[in-house]
Amino acid sequence: MVNEEIVYHGRIKVPYSWSVGEYGSRFFYELKENKKIWATKCPKCKKVFTPPRKTCPDCFVPIGEWVEVGPNGTLITFTIVRYSAQIHPIPPPFAIGIIQLDRAETGLVHLIGGVEVEGIRSGMRVKPAFKEDRGGSLLDISYFEPVE
Amino acid sequence: MGQRVAIVGTGQTDHKSSRKDVNGVELIQEATARALEDAGLRRQDIDAVVIGNMDHFEGINYVDMWSIDGNGGLHKPVMKVTTGGTTGTTVAIAGYYHVASGLFDTVLAIGWEKNSESDTTAAIITCADPFWERPTFGGAVAGLAGAACEYMHRYGITERDAALIAVRDRKNALKNPYAHLRKEITVEDVLNSPMLAYPIKLLDMCPRSDGACAIVFASEDKTKCITDKPAWVHQVSSRHNFTFFTDVERAGRMPTLYEACMDIYKNEGIKNPLHELDVVEMYVPSSFAGLVWIDALGVCDEGGAARLVSDGVTEMDGELPINPSGGVISTNCIGATGLIRVAEAAMQISGKAGEHQIDGAELALATGFGGCQWSDVLLIGSSKPN
Repeated sequence: MVNEEIVYHGRIKVPYSWSVGEYGSRFFYELKENKKIWATKCPKCKKVFTPPRKTCPDCFVPIGEWVEVGPNGTLITFTIVRYSAQIHPIPPPFAIGIIQLDRAETGLVHLIGGVEVEGIRSGMRVKPAFKEDRGGSLLDISYFEPVE
Repeated sequence: MGQRVAIVGTGQTDHKSSRKDVNGVELIQEATARALEDAGLRRQDIDAVVIGNMDHFEGINYVDMWSIDGNGGLHKPVMKVTTGGTTGTTVAIAGYYHVASGLFDTVLAIGWEKNSESDTTAAIITCADPFWERPTFGGAVAGLAGAACEYMHRYGITERDAALIAVRDRKNALKNPYAHLRKEITVEDVLNSPMLAYPIKLLDMCPRSDGACAIVFASEDKTKCITDKPAWVHQVSSRHNFTFFTDVERAGRMPTLYEACMDIYKNEGIKNPLHELDVVEMYVPSSFAGLVWIDALGVCDEGGAARLVSDGVTEMDGELPINPSGGVISTNCIGATGLIRVAEAAMQISGKAGEHQIDGAELALATGFGGCQWSDVLLIGSSKPN
């Protein structure tokens, strides 16, 4: 027997193209073209979802009604990420939080910026900082920043 | 209600941060062989196999076939089950369903993971929605951290309160020969360890481990021939949800765990779980979750967990010991993690837990946690179920 424990190194890199669907397309189009955030409202329980859902997971009925939400919202909770991982959107330290947009009943996780991380507080009012150059994704918003 | 089912054997590998001495198939074989040995059975005595892991951790997509040398399933029905963090508990529940249905008498349930073989955080992102969640994903630690902050804020909980969970579990691990991290830590050690994502520090967080676990489920007739100390499956309950990492529902007590527990208590006729349960093996990925989810067990008012923990209620000699094995904060081979909870609960019932045995344990609860907030719960007992 040998004492060396041999490890074989490999790497899997697979490109994907994910369809965002009809409702996602409308959401991202509005974000990109009009800097507006839209949600859908369940006809039965009246819950307002953002990201928009096509079916209410509870009532299990199709949702057809769209309502504009935000753009301002309230920071429900947050954390400051201090560890590095390949998948992070930006290098640490950075803050992410759950933002409940005005008139929405679900949350949106996004980066919190435009403020020193030490100054971020739960319950803080925030607004989106839109990028100049937008391509139709959640990162068309650079981050949410405190409302002055 | 299906046929009566008992756990008649369990096996675990020697869990470590990296088991370079074995490949994945050999790791699985180590647990399988130990479970069969514990039950006094041979591969030939097994009717079917259920096996699970989270594909992206090893980049192996067909473990059911790939691991045939290790899983004992040659020319038998083998079914792969994967449900993210809850994979281990779901494998157990699927094994139970197989036997409870009356279609199989002896079923081997196997959970495994060789987390050292890839980037755990990068693999975990595959559970997040590609366009709604991944662009702003902060990693598994950050997701738990946001929920922890909200809980602290709501109930005035401190980092010290949570640290007691990590201290308790790491102390218990000293008595478990299979535990991965076996070094006692103090509250100060936890508080002074590197900050990952506020309020979660390195020692608040579970490790990632290489390891496997296997359990043999048997029908009532078979059980009689195998053991006189079976661990009967009394109840199982699963509650699924998909809260985006973005969802405000993430914050606060975990609704799926609460609902699954209430379902089990109702079906079993448990009125006072704090007194009636003898031991809990809880899937606790971080010390803060270990507090919040005590609330979800329904053993205290919301926000009351910190008090129970600081009063020693959840210690080995307390009213309701939690994680005598050292729990997930000491060992976390993800696809096996939930199954280890079930195995440890069964070992407590069968009196096989060695140094970390809770004397006279007759009713044990095991829980599983999945990243987007879903839960599996199993109730294991010494008496034959009704």
